[in-house]
Amino acid sequence: MEDSKTRKVGAAYDSTSGRYVGRPFRRVDGRDKVTGVTRFADDLDFPRLCHLRLVRSRIPHGRITSIDFTQAQRVEGFLGSLVGSAMPETFGILPVSQDEHALCLERVRFVGDPVAAVAATSEDAAYEAALRVEVDYEPLPTIASVEEALSNPEPRIHDYGSEGNIHKSVSLRFGNLGGGFDEADMILEDHFFYEGNNHLALEQHATVAVPEDVDRITVYSSTQTPHYLHRALTRVLGLAASRIRVIACPNGGGFGGKSDPFNHEIVAAKMALELGRPTKITLDREEVFYCHRGRHPVSMKIRTGFSKDGAITAQHLQTALDGGAYGSYGVASTYYTGALQTVTYSLPRYQFDGVRCFTNKPPCGPKRGHGTPQPRFGFEVHLDKAAERLGLDPADLRLAHLATAGQVTANWLRLGTIALQRCIEAVVDGSGWRQRRGKLPQGRGLGLACGAYMCGAGLPIYWNHLPQSAVQLKLDRSGGIALFCGETEIGQGSDSVLAALVADVLGVDLKDIRLCVADTDLTPVDLGSYSSRVTLMAGKAALQAATRARDLIATAVAERLETAPENLVFANRQVFDSSDPENGLSFEDAVITAEARFGTLGTVGSYIPPRSPGKYRGAGVGPSPTYSYSAAVIEVEVDPSSGIYRPVHVWLAHDIGRAINPTLVLGQIEGSVYMGLGEAMMEEQAFRRLPRHLSNALVHKMPSMLEYKSPTFLEMPEVTSYLIEDPDPEGPHGAKEVGQGPLLPVPPALANAIYDAVGVRIDQVPIQPHMILQALMAKDKGEEARFGPAGFPQVDFGKTLLVPTPDEGGDGRATNDSKKKRSSKMRGDTGTMSERTEALKRKDGALTTK
Amino acid sequence: MLRLPRFHFHIPDSTREAASILAAEGPDARLVAGGTDLWPNMKRRHQKPATVVSLMSIRDLQGIDLAEPSAEARIGATTLLGDLVRSSALRERFPALARAISSISSPPLRQMGTLGGNICLDTRCTYYNQTEDWRRAIDYCMKEDGSVCWVAPSSSRCWAHAASDSAPILAALGARVRLQSAEGERVLALTELYRDDGIDYLAKRPDEIVTDVLLPGASDSQTCQSSFWKLRRRGSIDFAVLSVAAAVWTDGKGIVSDARIFLGAVGSRPVPVAGATEILRGRSLTEDGIAEVAGLARQLATPMDNTDFKAQWRGLMTARYAEAALREIAGLETQIPPPHHSLQP
Ligand SMILES: Cc1cc2nc3c(=O)[nH]c(=O)nc-3n(C[C@H](O)[C@H](O)[C@H](O)COP(=O)(O)OP(=O)(O)OC[C@H]3O[C@@H](n4cnc5c(N)ncnc54)[C@H](O)[C@@H]3O)c2cc1C
Ligand code: SF4
Repeated sequence: MEDSKTRKVGAAYDSTSGRYVGRPFRRVDGRDKVTGVTRFADDLDFPRLCHLRLVRSRIPHGRITSIDFTQAQRVEGFLGSLVGSAMPETFGILPVSQDEHALCLERVRFVGDPVAAVAATSEDAAYEAALRVEVDYEPLPTIASVEEALSNPEPRIHDYGSEGNIHKSVSLRFGNLGGGFDEADMILEDHFFYEGNNHLALEQHATVAVPEDVDRITVYSSTQTPHYLHRALTRVLGLAASRIRVIACPNGGGFGGKSDPFNHEIVAAKMALELGRPTKITLDREEVFYCHRGRHPVSMKIRTGFSKDGAITAQHLQTALDGGAYGSYGVASTYYTGALQTVTYSLPRYQFDGVRCFTNKPPCGPKRGHGTPQPRFGFEVHLDKAAERLGLDPADLRLAHLATAGQVTANWLRLGTIALQRCIEAVVDGSGWRQRRGKLPQGRGLGLACGAYMCGAGLPIYWNHLPQSAVQLKLDRSGGIALFCGETEIGQGSDSVLAALVADVLGVDLKDIRLCVADTDLTPVDLGSYSSRVTLMAGKAALQAATRARDLIATAVAERLETAPENLVFANRQVFDSSDPENGLSFEDAVITAEARFGTLGTVGSYIPPRSPGKYRGAGVGPSPTYSYSAAVIEVEVDPSSGIYRPVHVWLAHDIGRAINPTLVLGQIEGSVYMGLGEAMMEEQAFRRLPRHLSNALVHKMPSMLEYKSPTFLEMPEVTSYLIEDPDPEGPHGAKEVGQGPLLPVPPALANAIYDAVGVRIDQVPIQPHMILQALMAKDKGEEARFGPAGFPQVDFGKTLLVPTPDEGGDGRATNDSKKKRSSKMRGDTGTMSERTEALKRKDGALTTK
Repeated sequence: MLRLPRFHFHIPDSTREAASILAAEGPDARLVAGGTDLWPNMKRRHQKPATVVSLMSIRDLQGIDLAEPSAEARIGATTLLGDLVRSSALRERFPALARAISSISSPPLRQMGTLGGNICLDTRCTYYNQTEDWRRAIDYCMKEDGSVCWVAPSSSRCWAHAASDSAPILAALGARVRLQSAEGERVLALTELYRDDGIDYLAKRPDEIVTDVLLPGASDSQTCQSSFWKLRRRGSIDFAVLSVAAAVWTDGKGIVSDARIFLGAVGSRPVPVAGATEILRGRSLTEDGIAEVAGLARQLATPMDNTDFKAQWRGLMTARYAEAALREIAGLETQIPPPHHSLQP
């Protein structure tokens, strides 16, 4: 037992002294991207290409009574159409939520749900034809919010899920919660709301499907998860996986918005097979808002017990997620709103209750930080309030109660290295926090917050024991190295990281590495660019493959040079004897020597994350090889007469473990600050319902890039970034993630800064000027100086699983779970896996094992 | 991408020819200048003209003529907003107009958009500026293809708001417009170009072409000071959710002789703050007078829930922004920090 609780971390890591790792090298795709050479999915063209457009539901909920293509067929250039019955098989990203159809079968669930498809010889004709498809519906009552979903179990939007319109409910108690609250000197309770928002990737989703030979098809798509798309296509098209090739094009931004398999991808493939012609679809911006899968709107209630010194004695967190019309990643999202509360500060006893409801709106899913920015916002604002009540500096409160490196948390997550202390110190020093906070003139303020994120999800989305990342290298007499990996470049720079890792091991130039990525025919499986997993997982696989290649070459070269393999140095495209640098070969000759010695050269590397100690149902969401940490201070200027405010400066420190490329790390930090500010200040996926006595409409309020407000350059404050390096042995060269974590502290730091500036609490995001003004007016009247939700919806979270904590001598399992007892070979459990039994019961369960 | 419907496209090189095409085609024809408003609207099927007539090859319609301060200034209708922003003469003679124009959309769009297009800009509403599919989902609205106004369902009129940034300040400065059609020419005060109706927002006939915008020359006895304040979410690209344009004329002793204030985006036309002149005239511009006018502005504004931000808050801001605009003219400290509107021309 001792073993699972502690682990040695922070041991000095033997870092290489390569040419690239740790230095700001130019990214491999940089020049192509800035000169417009990169071919995104929409840039692809093929002979006889035809254009596809989806006809989307214009009612929020109802049954399709008829679809009439007569007028559409009259459009010059019309080629063909499809309806749902052509693809009756369901799909969905999680095995437990196979609830989507490529085109709706008989039911539509939100305005924008695809009901039919038309193809034509030009984009104009396809557009015109789609406008002319007449669809009749029989409307059903609509559900617009969590509250409505809870109070209206009928009509059900789906006939699966916990009950009524509750998709998923969960309740987990870790340790003696009541005892923890009894020990507290102060108990604080707060309500928060975090509005939903979209990823707003600049590239709209696009797919080109090209039929090849007989019953074989290649699908090029802007997807972050070609492997999962491959599986969905296999399932819906009814073709063997070996006859479908998925190639993920470079993504013009993903942020989680391209990690589900989508209707348009499947329909494009089907249409291409039907017509025997390459078929392309590029969504317009409005359709991207309908694909959505963005941040869930979440209502939260947090109750925490504190001792006088700010130590947390217990916390009870409740979350309610507005899921939209389909499952997507929602079950995982629900767990994620609770899973990572425990990894930043010591939190000995913890209860998490979460519920996700179906509503007649586009489905929510994963967006940068997946499910965690919402509770992180609540937690960090809550801590700011607690510090004030206890008379402590918010930075000191946090510093005094940090989680411990290597510890196993109350909810059974095993932590890696934690450089959060250094992160907090960096932003406190950089911002002049100690001298300036609380002392700035009225209207100016500083706020601090922290965050943490996973470096890759511990478990895959569907149950399997297989590698989660893999790399193959092919070396030949040209001296070049071909690197094959299923990983997807979504702008984060993963191609560059992999190339640099391999180049340094073999002592070659980045230009010697030829990348072949994200092609299901050619590259070994990688689960995709999500959960901040690529640098760590594919990076480890790349290092393994490269080290194996180096060993092969070293063996052959050592024989030839008559020295020992361990004496050989690989650098500057040379392989030479360290004790006699004159004695060596060019890299090319070294490869030839090895090829002569061993035959054709190829090596592989793969990665499976370490097992997590949690064994209870739901323990699969949250484990990660290690966690990254961030801290931010934001300085804000607020005009009390209008509520208009402006962030002036952001200081953000990120625990990166080790920066493989500091420039890319900076880019991710700045991008996260930008995105975090967008969510905190203005972005909202908001909906309008028309007066019910006149209309049944429930529509996206502003599905356009002009009216969906996201900051421009002009709103972007100055950002000072700190890269805090504390190598973690779990990461390649000690590296952790940076793609998502730095977003987390931004929204709460802004809210805390506004409080410091004008003394009002805004307990929801986005923070709009009118909220500040309203709170200030309330304050003037002697009322509560706050704007935010008044309560939390009435929810029955179902039976609470009781899980003793490591400190209480637990074994990682629940003590009252009747559904348990499964094969001891099973590793933990994800939200997805936790529903394994349920999925197997469903006739369309998508699990492939046992 | 959203696609344009099919239409006939004409590119005449004289105003006369353009006018005769309009006369021949009737209401099915429409003018286009920079197209930054018309093309997106056609993509969303707001306007479905069978014929579109471009003004961009007509030489006479371009040009800025304001070299002589005491003479009437003339700006050709198809003059690019970008050219106006870059005109130092405009900045010197009409700084508030320069500021208003430099706040329109974004630099690339100002390289396409024209002044004539800006003053004829369609009114806006978030129930209307949506695609055909979206509008079908609400069964359209009164402004186009439907019968109900969703902003005010019991109302018999459309409340779409005037969105042009140049119109309020041009109105305040006393601008006039020259119109030409196959039937001849006429000159109107700019304020007479607008009607208080979200649908029929222009008082000109569809076959009339705006050829010039005319601005009065400076007088010897009176000094005109003007200002323009725009409220919007972001420092660029966004339309105004409220704007205040003010022009105040004073004599040598600083006594106000005339004051004209117009509000943008809180009514279906540039809303005159009627009564402001009476309040301010005959004395110097003081805090009291300014506060009184600000209160009046708020009463006259009708912000509706059809653009960004809460309508009620926009109402509150109308007073604040009117106050700020006048305080700027009076040389008093302005209280609202300027993060959300560009003060730099
Ligand atoms: C993203 C975006 C942001 C924008 N932001 C702003 C903003 O902040 N402020 C603002 O004021 N505008 C804004 N606009 C609107 C528009 O770009 C400007 O108003 C521009 O000045 C319009 O000029 P144009 O020449 O492109 O007009 P067009 O699109 O060519 O024409 C607009 C209308 O005027 C008519 N018209 C054009 N010229 C004449 C003429 N000479 N005589 C008679 N009728 C004519 C056309 O028939 C059409 O109905 C924005 C537009 C976009 C797309
Ligand atoms: S104000 Fe009313 S009628 Fe006018 S565009 Fe908006 S919803 Fe339509």
